[in-house]
Amino acid sequence: MDIIEIKNLTKKFGDFTAVDDISFNVKRGEIFAFLGPNGAGKTTTIKMLTTLLKPTAGNILLDGHQVTDNPHQTRQSFGIVFQDPSLDNELTAYENMQFHAILYGLKKDVYQKRIVDLLNLVELYDRKDSFVKNFSGGMKRRLEIARGLLHNPKVLFLDEPTIGLDPQTRNHIWAYIKNLNKQENVTIFFTTHHMEEVERMAEKIAIIDHGKILIMGTIQEIISAAKTKTLEEAFISLTGKNIREEAGNAGQNQMRINNKLMR
Amino acid sequence: MIAIYILWLRQLKRFIRKKTSIVGALGQPIIFLVAIGFGFGPVFARAGAGNYIQFLAPGIIVMTVLFTSIFTGLEIIWDKQFGFLKETFVAPISRWEILLGKTLGGATVAIIQGVLVFLITLIAGFRPQLATLPLALLFLFLVAILSSALGAAIAARLDDMQGFPLIFNFLVQPLFYLSGAIFPIQNLPKALDIATKLNPFSYGVDGLRYAFGGAHVFSPWLSLAVLCSVTIIILSVGVYQFNKVQL
Repeated sequence: MDIIEIKNLTKKFGDFTAVDDISFNVKRGEIFAFLGPNGAGKTTTIKMLTTLLKPTAGNILLDGHQVTDNPHQTRQSFGIVFQDPSLDNELTAYENMQFHAILYGLKKDVYQKRIVDLLNLVELYDRKDSFVKNFSGGMKRRLEIARGLLHNPKVLFLDEPTIGLDPQTRNHIWAYIKNLNKQENVTIFFTTHHMEEVERMAEKIAIIDHGKILIMGTIQEIISAAKTKTLEEAFISLTGKNIREEAGNAGQNQMRINNKLMR
Repeated sequence: MIAIYILWLRQLKRFIRKKTSIVGALGQPIIFLVAIGFGFGPVFARAGAGNYIQFLAPGIIVMTVLFTSIFTGLEIIWDKQFGFLKETFVAPISRWEILLGKTLGGATVAIIQGVLVFLITLIAGFRPQLATLPLALLFLFLVAILSSALGAAIAARLDDMQGFPLIFNFLVQPLFYLSGAIFPIQNLPKALDIATKLNPFSYGVDGLRYAFGGAHVFSPWLSLAVLCSVTIIILSVGVYQFNKVQL
């Protein structure tokens, strides 16, 4: 059984169709890249997979749970690092972790050890009592990744996890993620605009545009289908050269822009 | 239940860490006490209405709790903007638990702030009856929950702070000024009389005055009943609104 099974998933905002009847599966333990230009429907799809948005139509199974019918069980099964930061800046790194652990119903003796292990993994243990507002963008990201893993999820969603980070930090973050995938067998579902990250990490890729899946397969399969030399060329040849305006809910987009400015 | 506790605790930690804003929030009540309290005191006494500080102090305490609670409720807008709300929305807890945790946290913070102002009114010459202090705290608690839930319900509908002046000037300020906090609500012009009687916070101010052993207009039972029922209504509206929030 695949860890994520998406069938005929559709999301409409008024008469705008953000996600248009998509179906695909993700295998357990896989590192899966979900690619597409801005406004293609990536984040909307992730929001539906993570119970933040109700689909207009279609069906999602995540780790065997019906996402719309059993939101709480689904939520126990995944961790997520959002596109925008979602930490409490007025709390310390440890308190952010503790808050998450308690929300997910972990017992104290369990989460104390797990928090120490994870903070060590992302090399933030010595900063555990610092306020998050004093952290750099890279440190915040690492903390968010550690937090997303706290409740031992089966799937980790990463929505542009390396946005706005320097190459050193990006390398580190992907190294942690690869390590996690190997050690804890966590399925990784990520989006990014950096094709070299995809080439380095992804075992399987799906490209979405205008709410539809254009192609799905391994890097080699996609490059040969597009008859190009590199993945980046394949991506551009499949999705076109035009620059995209982000469509969808205008207010939400403004919030996204504000959040990016505030980082 | 543990989720409500940790949300409450988060609110309290954030409050205790912002020492400047704790002190800052005392500014307005002190100005009211000094400028209005001592300024109008002689007029009030000459009108045969007694000691004005004695009358005003419960009103100032309710003002503090009302303002602090509504602002804490409105902080949900920040949680939306800074993304923290998403973290709670993907956690395996229900939206009503999140709302209740925030509301109780905001109310607790407001009560602490209210007690600080109460101590200041004592310095300014307020002499309440202390035997019924628990009843006074009950009224404060209800006022706090009501305003915190009101702030949260409004915040659920807003995406940014731009609507804030509108809410402050056309909702929060009238709720305070038309609550009988600074003037007695008997013998008012008809329109004002109706407005004050419809304002749930009038019952909070009046109830608190009763609990402190001062002059009161409504039966304390009526005040309790009004506060409880309006709180339940606002909380239900808040839960309904919160369930509809999409991030």
